[in-house]
Amino acid sequence: MLKIAYYPGCSGQGTSLEYDTSTRAVCKALDVELVDIPDWSCCGSTPAHTVNHVLSAALSARNLAQVESMGMTKATTPCPSCLTNLRTASHKMDDPEFKDKVNALLDVPCRNAVDTQSVLQVLAENVDPDLIKGKVVKPLSGIKIACYYGCIMNRPPEVMKFDHHENPMAMDNLMALLGAEVVPFPLKVECCGASYGIPRGDIVHRLSGKLLDAARDVGADAIVTACPLCQMNLDLRQGQINDALRENFRIPVFYYTQLLGYALGIDRAELGFEKLCVDPRLALGRIKQPQQAM
Amino acid sequence: MRIGVFICHCGSNIAGTVDCPSVAATALTYPDVVFSTDTMYACSEPGQDAIIQAVKDKNLDGVVVASCTPRMHEQTFRRAVERAGLNRYMFEMANIREHVSWIGKTKDLNTGKASELVRMAVEKLRRNRPLMAKRFETTKRVLVIGGGVAGIQAALDCADGGQEVILVEREQSIGGKMAKLDKTFPTVDCSSCVLGPKMVDIAQHPNITLYTCAEVESVGGYVGNFQVTVRKKATYVDWARCTGCGLCVEKCPSRKMPDPFNENLCNAPSINIPFPQAIPKKAAINAASCLMLTKGKCGLCAKVCPVKCIDFEQKDELVNVDVGAIVVATGYDLFDWHKYPQYGEGRYKDVITSLQYERLLSASGPTGGHIKRPSDGKEPKNVVFIQCVGSRDKSVNRPYCSGFCCMYTAKQAILTKDHIPDSQSYVFYMDIRSPGKLYDEFVRRAMEEYGAQYVRGRVAMIYPKGDKLVVRGADTLAGTQVEVPADLVVLAVGAESAKGAVQLGEKLRVAPDQYGFFVESHPKLKPVETNTAGVFLAGACQGPKDIPASVGQGSAAASKVLGLLSKAMLESDPAVSRVNPARCVGCGKCIQTCPFGAIKAVQDRFGNPKAEVIDTVCQGCGICTVTCPQGAIQLEHFTDNQILAEVNALCPPKMFANFE
Repeated sequence: MLKIAYYPGCSGQGTSLEYDTSTRAVCKALDVELVDIPDWSCCGSTPAHTVNHVLSAALSARNLAQVESMGMTKATTPCPSCLTNLRTASHKMDDPEFKDKVNALLDVPCRNAVDTQSVLQVLAENVDPDLIKGKVVKPLSGIKIACYYGCIMNRPPEVMKFDHHENPMAMDNLMALLGAEVVPFPLKVECCGASYGIPRGDIVHRLSGKLLDAARDVGADAIVTACPLCQMNLDLRQGQINDALRENFRIPVFYYTQLLGYALGIDRAELGFEKLCVDPRLALGRIKQPQQAM
Repeated sequence: MRIGVFICHCGSNIAGTVDCPSVAATALTYPDVVFSTDTMYACSEPGQDAIIQAVKDKNLDGVVVASCTPRMHEQTFRRAVERAGLNRYMFEMANIREHVSWIGKTKDLNTGKASELVRMAVEKLRRNRPLMAKRFETTKRVLVIGGGVAGIQAALDCADGGQEVILVEREQSIGGKMAKLDKTFPTVDCSSCVLGPKMVDIAQHPNITLYTCAEVESVGGYVGNFQVTVRKKATYVDWARCTGCGLCVEKCPSRKMPDPFNENLCNAPSINIPFPQAIPKKAAINAASCLMLTKGKCGLCAKVCPVKCIDFEQKDELVNVDVGAIVVATGYDLFDWHKYPQYGEGRYKDVITSLQYERLLSASGPTGGHIKRPSDGKEPKNVVFIQCVGSRDKSVNRPYCSGFCCMYTAKQAILTKDHIPDSQSYVFYMDIRSPGKLYDEFVRRAMEEYGAQYVRGRVAMIYPKGDKLVVRGADTLAGTQVEVPADLVVLAVGAESAKGAVQLGEKLRVAPDQYGFFVESHPKLKPVETNTAGVFLAGACQGPKDIPASVGQGSAAASKVLGLLSKAMLESDPAVSRVNPARCVGCGKCIQTCPFGAIKAVQDRFGNPKAEVIDTVCQGCGICTVTCPQGAIQLEHFTDNQILAEVNALCPPKMFANFE
């Protein structure tokens, strides 16, 4: 059984609770043991690195040091934003001078010996596809899915070192494995507007609107995402986008872990479909019921 | 020995940071120096006359000139001392420009270093001895490698000049990239109409032997006497009998392989004549897809052939030719744009290269000259051209400008409007580089008369939307993002060195630059020569070039060949290795290390093994002299004693200081 330190990230405690619970559930089902990092703190999110690179890295380095204190060298997080901060901090600390500056701010020095990966990367690279396939009880056949990775999961490639930076396929492959029809989504790594949702809603409306438009264009029943912020912009703000662009999008936006959990037959309560703003029932209804042998 | 020293000012090039009169004065104290002076320009006519006069007046035996690099003027000064009646090897040059004045700013230090370099040259010259060049005959025949427009021009000019020419082309037909073009800029005349007659001339010229489907296997020998082996690849068709009727091409049932002449836009039959104007117009079988050769059944072509020229048993053939000079005209390849993930890496069918577009425009192309998009065959209305794909882009290791893409894009924008009057072209560019004759006017015409919309900025990404492609880029002049819905996207791909160029360069001993293009002897003054005597360059194998430049270079290379072969005898460089047979133990180490195969094993009259240098092959590199355990090989003009004298002049042995 694979054992990995788990960094849920702040959003996992609130806005994307369903991402956190579904992630834990699918990992458990796929024999990946997630061990919570004790006393973890915020990674610095978007604001920290815009103010001070050393301070921002120190916030992440503290968490990495916590992982080291657990005696582990591998950590994982579902949130691409947390992942970017943890990996960037690690990448920058390859420079010993920078590392010294960071460690000067920490009580427990960070040795920079932890490799952080997204949960998606762990599933894609460390879990046997045949094992996943074998555990599928409700194949997703019948639903057309657009996989949306967001702009930072794979970029910049020299830091993230996962999949293709312009045309990633990990989520596509996973969804196809579950039986879904994956439509070619051309804007996989485009920006949704990210945290501009608060100061400049118009930017998010335009950028996320473009994503929804592209998804509709390729005939997707649903968008599947791996990023809490992307999910929020596309799902929670879909009404605002419709108002702003005079559109009428009704495309549910799932976390990929939710659909993975669905296919694995995990209890609905842990998947949190009810937390989605755009009603997913129509899309889920497209999934053909497996032939009942009973 | 009586030595004269001349210190050149080179204007302010040297005199600016070196005290030349003082260097001259110091030189007078060196052994055997009887005359020393400084001069404004030693290479000028009065400068050379002064050297000649001094040799006569002072009765000199040798001359040292301290000036620029020997690569620039060694020949000049050698000829000058020869005119003064000395042997040309009784001359030494000290480089006090590139090695001193240009790199150091401190006058005192520079003056001291210049004096030391002069001392070095004097010490070497004291041990020089006259050397005599050997003379040898040349083979009056030329090998031209590559049958594109540059090679065709070089071959025709050499042949018209009375030389026998052997033209080797690896494709089935000559014509190169130009044969694939529809029209040429800036005249918009039909490419194959201009090139066609020249190709026919090649086929009909009594002095030209044409080998297509052939490659140079090995090259031996030296200037004037190269021995070349050419591999004629099996075509499975007896070309002596094939009439090019095309019956076999019509009947061939196997059409699964993409057609390289049409840039893989369509499939070609397994037995094929690449295009209507092909020279030679003969069919050849593609062994990879032919049903008879892969599966052993079919043979339809053999059945229908009226002259029975199909031969499934044909093998490669090696042909040996002796030539006096070689012209390399191997051209270029197009950059593989699949390295750009943002342009879809080949996922979108309607993103094509400019050469593919050229085939769509061509009447002999896969669509008969109608512009149809590859995905659904519809006529595109919005055509977007993206420039600098694989040019001027460090991220894909192509920082150089390919030079012709601005022009062919303008041409294609004009032709698009001609073919589809209600179409709109967009050109994303970085800047327009069109410096040739009538070039800028041509680009202006594309913009002003043909309404092509030029947008300055790189394209960030292309993505499909419905049946269109959205091209997203920046307009850096307006400072905005732009998105253009395109029906067809044409990538103006840049040029890179031809596949196999580096390997061919090894055979010819011609160095490639860091991008695989062959290096010329001097970028300004010897643009078609290489550092290997007798091997010349023409066209885009030396760097990206358009048609006029390639033709110009083809003619230039031909004129160099004609100049070379017009001499009845050539002189070999006497600065070659010499074996002292008394010392040689015949171990053969020198034979193994010589990169040019210039040393052979012989037996002396007692039957003992000895080494012997082949004068005309030896390049004077000196590797054998450091290899020989006996010190039996010495490089003339650079003997151990001469090198040691130079070293001692620079750093006198400590022993002397201790014993004095």
